[in-house]
Formats: sequence, structure tokens, C-alpha cells
Amino acid sequence: MHELSITQSLLDIALEQARTHGATRVSKIRVVAGAMHNLVDDSMRFCFEILSRGTAAEGADLTVETVPATARCRGCQERFELQPYDWRCPKCQSREFDLVAGNELLVSEIEME
Amino acid sequence: MQVKVLTEILQANDAQASSNRQLLDRKGVFLVNVMSSPGSGKTTFLIDVARRLKGRVRVGVIEADVASTVDAEKVAREGIPVLQINTGGGCHIEARQMADALTRFPLQDVDVLFLENVGNLVCTAGYRLGEHRRIVIASVPEGDDKPYKYPTMFHVVDAVVVSKADLVPYVKYDFDEFSRAVRSINREVGIFRLSAVTGEGMDAWCSWLLEQVRSAGGQS
Repeated sequence: MHELSITQSLLDIALEQARTHGATRVSKIRVVAGAMHNLVDDSMRFCFEILSRGTAAEGADLTVETVPATARCRGCQERFELQPYDWRCPKCQSREFDLVAGNELLVSEIEME
Repeated sequence: MQVKVLTEILQANDAQASSNRQLLDRKGVFLVNVMSSPGSGKTTFLIDVARRLKGRVRVGVIEADVASTVDAEKVAREGIPVLQINTGGGCHIEARQMADALTRFPLQDVDVLFLENVGNLVCTAGYRLGEHRRIVIASVPEGDDKPYKYPTMFHVVDAVVVSKADLVPYVKYDFDEFSRAVRSINREVGIFRLSAVTGEGMDAWCSWLLEQVRSAGGQS
């Protein structure tokens, strides 16, 4: 259950941005979360609802865009999504690859008034 | 008004981790974050490591558990400096909690400090604490498919310890299959198969650790 702590951090960032821009209300927060962070977006929204009560972000719409864990084959350079229990390049069957996406954890966009 | 921010959500944690690291480097303490699922044998492993390193480096342990002081008591009986943190339900340690623990630990008495993190293979992997190295312990009875289930953990660590190797004859476990899975997600990582009960593989891991401590000392 790291959603609670991560949601608190993103709320802190949103409120700080609102202060910086002189806004009184945050209406939308967009998060980019790599699959490697194993975040449950329903759980984040639930945490957000509770944590944001009484703040400028109360009632804001939280959108979590999940980036799949994506690998690039070291052999044939094919890009592919890591599938559970089958870590092979679908093209050449190699097990040698580098993770190229899925580690992101960012607040990407905030709408405020 | 729409604002593009692209801010790392864990930036506050990472900043605290950096200042933890500076404190540790000033004090000449090498911190190892030890992660695993509950029951992998972290405490037994660390006690055996401390015994083997006696006279070479001074070892200390910070025990993080949801509740109880059972682990800290075991470690203290060995005469190892130890501090217990109870997270009261928290499933991982964050840099701020680590900072607080470091202020309460007698850093001047140790060269190598192990954080025995809360038993959890998901949440602990996401939080940098200012450690010099991160390791995961995956015990044999947990199965050889652990890397597929918890890829992030096996991706972020500097060494993988396979504990309870003495149980291999009694359970279905394919060490080569486990190693292949680990290496496909973390190519260079050291994999150490060992048993704190029989002593198999323990010296090799201790040598790896001492080498890491030496190389860190050379950097700072």
C-alpha cells in the first residue's frame, strides 16, 4: 500500500504549484505512472479523495496514465511489452533486453483556477 | 489555467535520501538496504554476516518492522549495535524515517550499517533511502519464479541473495531458471546462493560486500 504515501506526495506537489501560480483551486491533476511502480489507480483516487479534503485540491479530478513496462531486445532491437511469465523478445525469442519504459512516476499536468 | 509540470512525484523523498547519503559519507558509514518478503531469513543472514565480519568491519543493524522488537532482541544478543523502528502498519521505510533513525543510531560505532527493511517485495523497492547498495533476499522455499512476480525489486537491486540453499533438495526449485529470470531484468547483478545454516556461500557474499565498501571508500 504505497499508494497513500505517493498520493500524499503528488498532492503536496499540486498544492505547491497552485500557491506558486496564485491559484485558489486545483481542478485536475494528471499523473504518469510506469507499470514498474505497481500502482493501483483506484486506490490512488480513493486516497486522494481523503487526503485532499479541506485543501485547494478537494474534488479535483485525478487521472493516472499507466505506461507499460516496455523492453528493447538487445539482439534485434524489437520493442515489446513485458508479459507476465514470458520475458522473451516476441520476434527473436532472446531473453536479453533493456527496460526502456515503465519506470516513470511524474505529475505531468495540473489544471487550476 | 493548465500548467505542465513534469515533476518527479518522489522528489521530496529523493532529496531527503541525498542528504541521508551525505551524512553517512561524512560519518564513514556504508549503508545497505536489505529487502525481502517476510520470512526469507533476513535476521539470521545478517547475524551470520556480522559474526563472519567480526574484527574486519564493525557492523550495525536497523530493524524495521510493522510491530514488535523480536528481531532487534535477537541482534542485540549478539552484541551488535541495533535500533528498532516500528512502522505501525507502514509497509516500507521512507527517507524521512531513515533520517530520523540515523539521528538515533550510534553511527560512530559502526562501519557497515544494514537496514533490515519491512518484509515486502513491492513498496520497499520504490523508496531510495540514501543507501550505498540495495540487496534483495529471496529464499529457496519462496520459489524460483519470484523475479516474474516482482520485477521491479529484482530490477533495482545491486545483489540478489538466494537464502536457505540447504533446502534445495526438499523443494521444487530450479536455481538456473531463477538466475536466468533475474539476469534478463538486471544483467550485471551478482547472484549469491547461500545458507546461513550450513555456511555455504556466505564467505563469497561477505567478500562481495567488503569489496563494495572498499570501492565506495575510494570514491569519497
